Amino acid sequence: MSESNLMMHHYLAKYLRQERMPHIWCEGCGNGILLNCFLQAINELNVDLNKIVVVSGIGCIGRVSGYINVDSFHTTHGRAIAFATGVKLANPELEVVVISGDGDLFAIGGNHFIHAARRNVDIKVICANNFNYGMTGGQYGPTTPLDAWTTTTPYGNIEHPFNLAHLAAAAGAVYVARWTSLHVRRLKASIIKALQKEGFSFIEMISPCPEIFDRYNKMGTAVDVMKWFRLVSQVRHGCDPAKAEITENEILVGEFVDIEKPSYGRLLREMTSRVQDKLKREES
Amino acid sequence: MVPRKLWRRPLDSEQIKLPKAEIHIIPDLCKGCDFCIEFCPRKALEESDKLNKRGVYPPKVADESKCTLCGFCTAICPDFAIFTTEKKEETSRNGR
Ligand SMILES: Cc1ncc(C[n+]2csc(CCOP(=O)(O)OP(=O)(O)O)c2C)c(N)n1
Ligand code: SF4
Ligand code: SF4
Ligand SMILES: [Mg+2]
Repeated sequence: MSESNLMMHHYLAKYLRQERMPHIWCEGCGNGILLNCFLQAINELNVDLNKIVVVSGIGCIGRVSGYINVDSFHTTHGRAIAFATGVKLANPELEVVVISGDGDLFAIGGNHFIHAARRNVDIKVICANNFNYGMTGGQYGPTTPLDAWTTTTPYGNIEHPFNLAHLAAAAGAVYVARWTSLHVRRLKASIIKALQKEGFSFIEMISPCPEIFDRYNKMGTAVDVMKWFRLVSQVRHGCDPAKAEITENEILVGEFVDIEKPSYGRLLREMTSRVQDKLKREES
Repeated sequence: MVPRKLWRRPLDSEQIKLPKAEIHIIPDLCKGCDFCIEFCPRKALEESDKLNKRGVYPPKVADESKCTLCGFCTAICPDFAIFTTEKKEETSRNGR
């Protein structure tokens, strides 16, 4: 069998835009694993592909929207959540998923994130957190650990990073989970769970960036980084996200938040029909 | 610990069929991250000694009979370059 034929026998091939393969991501980059897990999740849920919309922002992981064979949108930097909110409100039937980077979602797009979580907009946000701006050459960003070396922190980072899981939970997300790119089974299970939940769900995947961040910080090969994930990850379901810090010696992973709350879209529709009824009654 | 020779044999061990795996590798899609080789719990894969067209050493099958079809290599491959299928003909545990 020729190679392209063999590729067609991969059980996830039908979800990929074959003509765009191979993707642009570097050897050992976690972005490919996130794409793989997302496709596993939609395959397992057997969802109608016409009902799924993927929105991404700008960055290496932002390219993901171009690889998935569903209606997908590669939006401007930081605006994926704003765009996704519009899609969801215009057509509540759609399952809207934002897949984007730590820089895109939490630096330039940070306000969109906290307010979408606060309003409980019914979208799912999956973040590939590689602790830096990979695409533009490895600048520091809001997730870069203290003391880490990046191209814009040549003497080490003096800013304290966001704990993304804590931020999402504090802002109001109904589902918050964190995994590393080694936890492929759990990550897939979390994506499945988030897709079935109403409300703002957030999943963080800690991701190797072997070509830039990991190289500058002398973390070894992608395999070395994955082995580090295995060594220091501890599964703590239900743990207080405020305490779920990421340090050299410990990465707490798990499902931190899983609560129920009416979504913005539902409340909006209920309000609209109440007001319309009232107006009708007043007219007659 | 109970000595191995005293272990009970499951009564239905004659009937149990272990699936046989076929490992499919698409060498030119591989970027050489080595995740599948490193994290295969059965060590069924090893690095090939032939460069692919990207100039990296893709995995090759070390021992297909070790594969239990767990699917981890397929799930962790960032480049969709490996997957496994069940071989049609089956053998019993004792027939292996
Ligand atoms: C308005 C605007 N400002 C800045 C940029 C430059 N830029 C491109 S990608 C990026 C950061 C991406 O970082 P992240 O979201 O973490 O993605 P990664 O590349 O790490 O996957 C920046 C600042 C841009 N494209 N548009
Ligand atoms: S620069 Fe980093 S994040 Fe971007 S594709 Fe390469 S390894 Fe991945
Ligand atoms: S399916 Fe599991 S046992 Fe078989 S080669 Fe892949 S990782 Fe190894
Ligand atoms: Mg990043």
